[in-house]
Amino acid sequence: MSRRDYSMLGADGVRAVETGLAAAQWYHSDIPRAEMKALMKRENGPAVRDTITLYGCMLAFAGAGIALWPQVAGSFAVWPSLVSLPFWLAYGVLYGSAMDSRWHECSHGTAFRTPWMNDVVYQIASFMMVRNPITWRWSHARHHTDTLIVGRDPEIVAMRPPKLARILANLLGLVDAWTGWSRMLLNASGRLSAEEATFIPQSEQPKVIRVARIWLAIYALVIAAAIWMGSILPLMLVGLPRLYGAWHHVVTGVMQHAGLAENVLDHRLNSRTVYINPISRFIYWNMNYHVEHHMFPMVPYYRLPALHAKIKHDLPAASPSMLAAYAEIIPVLWRQLRNEELFIKRALPATARPYREDLHQTALRPAAA
Amino acid sequence: MADWIDACAADDIEEEDLIRFDHGERTFAIYRSPDNSFFCTDGLCTHEQVHLEDGLVMDYVIECPKHNGQFDYRTGKALRAPVCENLGTYPVKVEGGRVFIQI
Repeated sequence: MSRRDYSMLGADGVRAVETGLAAAQWYHSDIPRAEMKALMKRENGPAVRDTITLYGCMLAFAGAGIALWPQVAGSFAVWPSLVSLPFWLAYGVLYGSAMDSRWHECSHGTAFRTPWMNDVVYQIASFMMVRNPITWRWSHARHHTDTLIVGRDPEIVAMRPPKLARILANLLGLVDAWTGWSRMLLNASGRLSAEEATFIPQSEQPKVIRVARIWLAIYALVIAAAIWMGSILPLMLVGLPRLYGAWHHVVTGVMQHAGLAENVLDHRLNSRTVYINPISRFIYWNMNYHVEHHMFPMVPYYRLPALHAKIKHDLPAASPSMLAAYAEIIPVLWRQLRNEELFIKRALPATARPYREDLHQTALRPAAA
Repeated sequence: MADWIDACAADDIEEEDLIRFDHGERTFAIYRSPDNSFFCTDGLCTHEQVHLEDGLVMDYVIECPKHNGQFDYRTGKALRAPVCENLGTYPVKVEGGRVFIQI
């Protein structure tokens, strides 16, 4: 039985406010203002290029999947052909995983310099990820205010003890996507959950309901088309890819904070930077530089490698690969099933400013075996 | 009648940038726009009271460094969630190369 209460309405959240962990000042590496301004600078070029590439690939993969769909008496068959599956799997990863990073970057408004471009991609990505764009903007703001503060951060993935079955199920979207659709139905009925009401201002709540109703109408049309055609083809294009393409965003997302310290005020202790392959970096839009992103959320994704180069002397060493990251994460999560006090303490290089002992006494204690 | 306070030299602020100015218990942000005009707002974001001094000025917009909320610093108008509440603004004049704010 966990002693931690991760709900937004529980005792840990109250305690975080009382002890000053909520909405606190966080550690930042030193960067001269002129250099920071250059890093924060926005432009449209990289995100326009990446967005055209992304949607172009989606069209191509979906087109190939449709072209290879078996026909029965001049109509589309119920199920796709085996030969088309690689195309659907590729389309699914771009829909159910790349849209996670687009949702994320555009929620910060940092991908494009032009605001409406951020907004358009944000709305599309939110729909595909089944994350209400209003709700999740506020949820993610809280994640940045109170990163891994128990009872305050609504986006903690690997809790203590970790819910491993839930993480595994989410490789196929079996919990988070279904939660998203359940929330959509709740919101479309004109209501918000009690937790949503804790972080969404009242003035924004009608927008949550409006978006949910629009989405519901879109899904109703897609399901009607599938029934009319007698084929799951429309659902392979809209909705189902959130399930069969979710795995990549879970694999990359879990690496962000899993196994690291909770209730600290230094992102070097609770976030992880990992060097990953270029295809995954395109899908993930450089969020593998996660310590850097949390420390300076104003820096657009295309400048995170430069930011990393500038401050890596002040950060724990990056994990050299996804494999190395999971070699660190899995044993700790496994041991946390029996001992939820365990976590990974990130060692700093000699060039780094030390952790503040007064703030992080518990987190800096050597982890038990 | 509010007082005019000598806040800084005009050259202390780069074009399309801001600096922090503290006066007594209060804190402000003073901006220099791309067309070389000066503006002053409250220093703290209305969302979670983070100081705007480390934020990004783009044209006539200041973006909060914590959650990327945006304001038009000429009017204080909240432009982008998570900010919903407008920012207080104050009159500014420049005389003899100094920036004065009326607070």
